[in-house]
Amino acid sequence: MLRAAETRPPLPAGFFDEVGRITLRVSRAVGDVRTWRPVLLDQMVVLGVGSVPIAIFLAVFTGIVLALLASYIFTNTVPLYLVGSLVGKTVMMELAPVLTGMALAGRVGANIAAELGTMKVTEQVDALETLSYDPLAYLAVPRVLAATLMFPVVTAFAMLIGVFSGWIASTFILELPAQEFVRGLRQFYQFKDIWYGLVKAASFGTAVALMGCIKGLSSDGGAAGVGAAATRAVVLGCEAILVLDAFWAVVLL
Amino acid sequence: MIQLRDVYKSFGPKEVLRGFSLDVPEGKNTVLMGFSGGGKSVTLKLIAGLLAPDSGDVLVDGKNVPDLDADGLAMLRREIAFVFQFAALFDSMTVEENIRLGLKKQGMSADDQRVRVRESLALVNLEGTEGRYPAELSGGMRKRVGIARAVALKPRYILYDEPTTGLDPVTSAVIDDLMIRTRDLGATGLIVTHDLRTSFKCGDRIAMLYEGRLRAIGTGDELRRNTDPVVTGFIEGRPTTAAGVA
Repeated sequence: MLRAAETRPPLPAGFFDEVGRITLRVSRAVGDVRTWRPVLLDQMVVLGVGSVPIAIFLAVFTGIVLALLASYIFTNTVPLYLVGSLVGKTVMMELAPVLTGMALAGRVGANIAAELGTMKVTEQVDALETLSYDPLAYLAVPRVLAATLMFPVVTAFAMLIGVFSGWIASTFILELPAQEFVRGLRQFYQFKDIWYGLVKAASFGTAVALMGCIKGLSSDGGAAGVGAAATRAVVLGCEAILVLDAFWAVVLL
Repeated sequence: MIQLRDVYKSFGPKEVLRGFSLDVPEGKNTVLMGFSGGGKSVTLKLIAGLLAPDSGDVLVDGKNVPDLDADGLAMLRREIAFVFQFAALFDSMTVEENIRLGLKKQGMSADDQRVRVRESLALVNLEGTEGRYPAELSGGMRKRVGIARAVALKPRYILYDEPTTGLDPVTSAVIDDLMIRTRDLGATGLIVTHDLRTSFKCGDRIAMLYEGRLRAIGTGDELRRNTDPVVTGFIEGRPTTAAGVA
């Protein structure tokens, strides 16, 4: 008898095959609303609310450094009130979404990959299947949706705190009057500055959670395999953020 | 009835099943024994649709499992429960939540779920553990919760993967008794093990898987009388028998 393994050519293995296959299955799982809806809120709290402190920490120091850097560059060349413009634009359009995304790629991406990887190697994912649950609908969809919805919220906090800390630094370190900082902040402000940053943040959330799910659910080999999956998820998440950052700059600017 | 017909399954270059056939009759416990890494657990995963065979048929009530779509597989899994080797309980859920998860999927009301959880835990003598997490349970208790989770679904078939491995003799005996009880309650069992005491105590029929094929099958007494050197070597634990492990 001819064995199927001999008659069917093996699919080319590789990262993009893996991404494509799992993305397709995730799309199907998205339709299974009754399975993922009860888990979504928990995941939004775990992935989003739990990430606010780290985003605030990053934003405080980013705002301070930006204000000082702008002052250093502008002194004797450009009016100092433009420190507000630079801090506002840079924090809202680039640094808040990208730095928050990178930090959350570490926190959220590794968390998802390690959790799902552990479930995979301890047969909990198989157990879910035997209970008639689609593991993607129960595990992956709520995490990807939660990250997509909550990254912009966390980023919005980072924007607010980043600009605020830049303003405080300008006022107390550079001795730039508050109204001068605000003048610079408002002079070149557009609503696009905010939504551009938030759209990017949402896409970063999708990418980071997707990488975590892909690497977690495909991990094997016990504890070492789970560790490798978590590391790979973080690296891929960061890489995806940089690629998406460039993509949105080309498309939206 | 579960039937495997000429099933082949490989993982890379390793051929695990090579034309394996087996019938699992209803209302009985069938034990599948064999060497570690010989394809016993793979057989269970093929039946539950967790793996697909390279070729051959895996029939449950006449339906070929690899041919089923997602909906068909979900329907089939309402009839089949799986007891995993290390219980595979969900760490983040309490014992009660672990058992209720499958019941919820079946659309059972919350009150009925609570009753069923209590009944299942009573069956495995673990009343009062509803609020505990898997990390707070011993290995034997975890396995019993795994059995309770399976039994709660009132399945027609229960697949046991190494149910007594790693347990002390007394706890193993408790698990053995549970498997006999679930059979007496009407569930058909397929028990994968290399524990001979469990095999002869729980198995109405015992099959031996060797080098990816069915080597012997019969009642416990028939297997004890079998003169095949592989079978006698396995039962007597002769090291030379292991040379032919797939």
